Amino acid sequence: MLLHYRVLDLTDEKGWMCGKILSELGADVVKVERPGGDPARNIGPFYQDIPDPEKSLYWFAYNTNKRGITLDIETSRGQEILKQLVTGADFVIESFPPGYLSGLGLGYSQLSEINPKIIMTSITPFGQTGPYKDYKGCDLVAMAMGGFMYVCGDADRPPVRVSMEQSYPIAGAEAAAGSLIAHHYRILTGEGQHVDVSIQECIVREIFMELCFWDASKEVSVRAGPRRRRMAAYQRDIWPCKDGHLGFRILGGRLGAGTLQALTDWMDTENMAGNLKGMDFESLDMSKVTRAESQEWENTLLQFFSRHSKEEIYQKAVEKNMLICPGYTPEELVEYEQLEERNFWTELQYPELDTTIKQPEGFLRASEARCQIRRCAPLIGEYNEEIYGKELGFTKRELALLKKEGII
Amino acid sequence: MNREAKSKRKKAPLEGIKVLDLSTQYMGPNVTRALAAFGAEVIRLESIHQHELTRVSAPYKDNVVGVNRSFVFAASNTGKYGISLNLKHPHSAEVVRRLIIWADIVVENFVPGSAKKYGLDYEQLRELKTDIIVLSLSAQGATGPYSRHPGYGFNLLALCGFSHFTGWPDREASVPVGAYTDFLCPWFAIAAILSALDYRLRTGKGQHIDVSQLEISPHFLIPAILDYTANGRVQTRCGNRSSSASPHGAFRCRGDDRWCVIAVFSDEEWETFCRVIGSPEWTKDRKFNTLGGRKDNEDELDKLVEAWTVLSTPEEVMTRMQKSGVASGVVQTIKDVVNDPQLKHRERFQILEHPELGAHICENLAFRLSKCEVEWKRPAPCLGEHNEFVYTKLLGMSEEEFVELLNDGVFE
Repeated sequence: MLLHYRVLDLTDEKGWMCGKILSELGADVVKVERPGGDPARNIGPFYQDIPDPEKSLYWFAYNTNKRGITLDIETSRGQEILKQLVTGADFVIESFPPGYLSGLGLGYSQLSEINPKIIMTSITPFGQTGPYKDYKGCDLVAMAMGGFMYVCGDADRPPVRVSMEQSYPIAGAEAAAGSLIAHHYRILTGEGQHVDVSIQECIVREIFMELCFWDASKEVSVRAGPRRRRMAAYQRDIWPCKDGHLGFRILGGRLGAGTLQALTDWMDTENMAGNLKGMDFESLDMSKVTRAESQEWENTLLQFFSRHSKEEIYQKAVEKNMLICPGYTPEELVEYEQLEERNFWTELQYPELDTTIKQPEGFLRASEARCQIRRCAPLIGEYNEEIYGKELGFTKRELALLKKEGII
Repeated sequence: MNREAKSKRKKAPLEGIKVLDLSTQYMGPNVTRALAAFGAEVIRLESIHQHELTRVSAPYKDNVVGVNRSFVFAASNTGKYGISLNLKHPHSAEVVRRLIIWADIVVENFVPGSAKKYGLDYEQLRELKTDIIVLSLSAQGATGPYSRHPGYGFNLLALCGFSHFTGWPDREASVPVGAYTDFLCPWFAIAAILSALDYRLRTGKGQHIDVSQLEISPHFLIPAILDYTANGRVQTRCGNRSSSASPHGAFRCRGDDRWCVIAVFSDEEWETFCRVIGSPEWTKDRKFNTLGGRKDNEDELDKLVEAWTVLSTPEEVMTRMQKSGVASGVVQTIKDVVNDPQLKHRERFQILEHPELGAHICENLAFRLSKCEVEWKRPAPCLGEHNEFVYTKLLGMSEEEFVELLNDGVFE
């Protein structure tokens, strides 16, 4: 869909997802790394556990489809070359500390003089302005300052983040959406602009419900492990079963009564329905249930779940249309029949490693475009010749010279 | 507005884009909310007989249940028009036809397969308008053996692997914020819709876009997935630990349930960190000199760090660390977030007036455009609030026809 557009991707791990999304939508994304490679190539896990900037699975995960070149933008020749690239580009994405690029003469106002249509998208921990703009950020800081951690984890232990970086891919996705909104303004007016993404703010939207409860009654939600605790309600969302856990919530009314009735009927066939038997789930309103009552039902359900595996429960849930899902591990996700049937995975070729690695094939199906993974993440400087030589017309000698001087 | 003033008025990026929003709950309404924020005209269609779930979800204004009193609905539907229509009424088909002809984009989240019975699947919509763009949102995709299994954010987060990765390795999994996947997915769908719009401008062709929470969510876990597909390792939750930083965690501070996070990645940052805490004797222990050493002795290290943080408020810890360039932040409660000076500076929260909620908080998006401001044209609509305006002014029905359909119960 975005086949006609070129993106220069100067980001580190904070912004990789933005270019990945644009590339899956069809854009030509050129990853610009410093000579020697993006330092984030040193983040693991690594292929076969061999720490090597060409073997980072973290890099492989978020840089598929991109063509990679190297360029030292701290040298004046490097800056000239970047400007040359910008004249032929539609988007520039970056995640340097605020002010860094302006200091090199490569900020939005400087690049827009060369190419007034350029859209520059900056992804930073707290945004380009404000009292914390120069604060150092990382995923943990974003999850803490965005309000996520305070409501996550067991009450008797410190608050937790999700064990894998979440704020970066969220910020990358929101940055892709913001860049394309700016793109539609460019279609209307012919003008580019600067898109300023705050990673902290991306996380704030995740705690949407906490904000609703704060706005309604100044209630401060707290963490409760596998449960959520709000007002009177103290409800489990995560339920241990025989071989893992389930995602399920006790709910009455239109959303939950059918599930509870089907579940109770099933439990009854094993004489385990206990205090759930004969209840009127249609009129059940969990916001009016005491903690003691919900604890009793919870105990009955936990006893039953402990006798059944998550697959057994999921198959019954599918058969009876119950709102219950198994808690999957990465292994189970990879083996999940639904994703297999939808051709969600691709065996991506890694010629340098002489292997293929199974990866997600893209995030959408579109009737007019094949939104997919076309190539694996680039090696360091893999496309230098193609882009500097064939596209910008540098001679072999010029290329050799640039390499010798450490500019590419 | 006279012509001169009109030409001077700044254009909104999505000016002139018309969106018919048939979606429910969180994901779809949050896609169309972002489009409305930048000038798209969004009509949200609902039923009076079967209330949209977020209209009947707590919290309510003054704790009084009412279809126009939920904060959840208000926060997902800012800036839209609201109309009601009974899709089961025999006379609704003609109204639907006019809505489709009006629209550029239709957003829906019917259970896969069931849009057809309302005449609303892509093939049927395309017959009414050849270049229509239809965004179908679902739990697990439009096809496949599990496509019709009902899913909501609160249980899909388990299916998609997030609960497996949340909490402590020696405890049962924790729930990340409720309905987690609902809030991850809208941005991908917005990017897809805006790309489809660009494609239509260049080619004249509409299309159908099928996105699901099951297929967007794994993009947040790819490194762990590759560790399995390439290395055969099944990673699991590890509290706040990180393989590339130590200390890396939330530490207790002075006050009631007050915490601060600190993350030390490089050896240089470690030296700075030691200076900030006053270089106590234990920091000179050689086992803490390298990242590997700190990782090997992390339980002990965490206790030593906490012995220092507990003497100060989290704000004091953050300020001291950040002044010297060490990543650190307060574990903010929602109260802290609403009062955060950075978010205040960026005008994250503004107050809107709603006919039944009164003054309430309206959140901005996480990005600012240098040339375009977010403009909320109106608060979230009350149920059927804009029926007369939309049906007569936007769709061009005559007053007589409108009243006839109204009396007929079509708008219920």
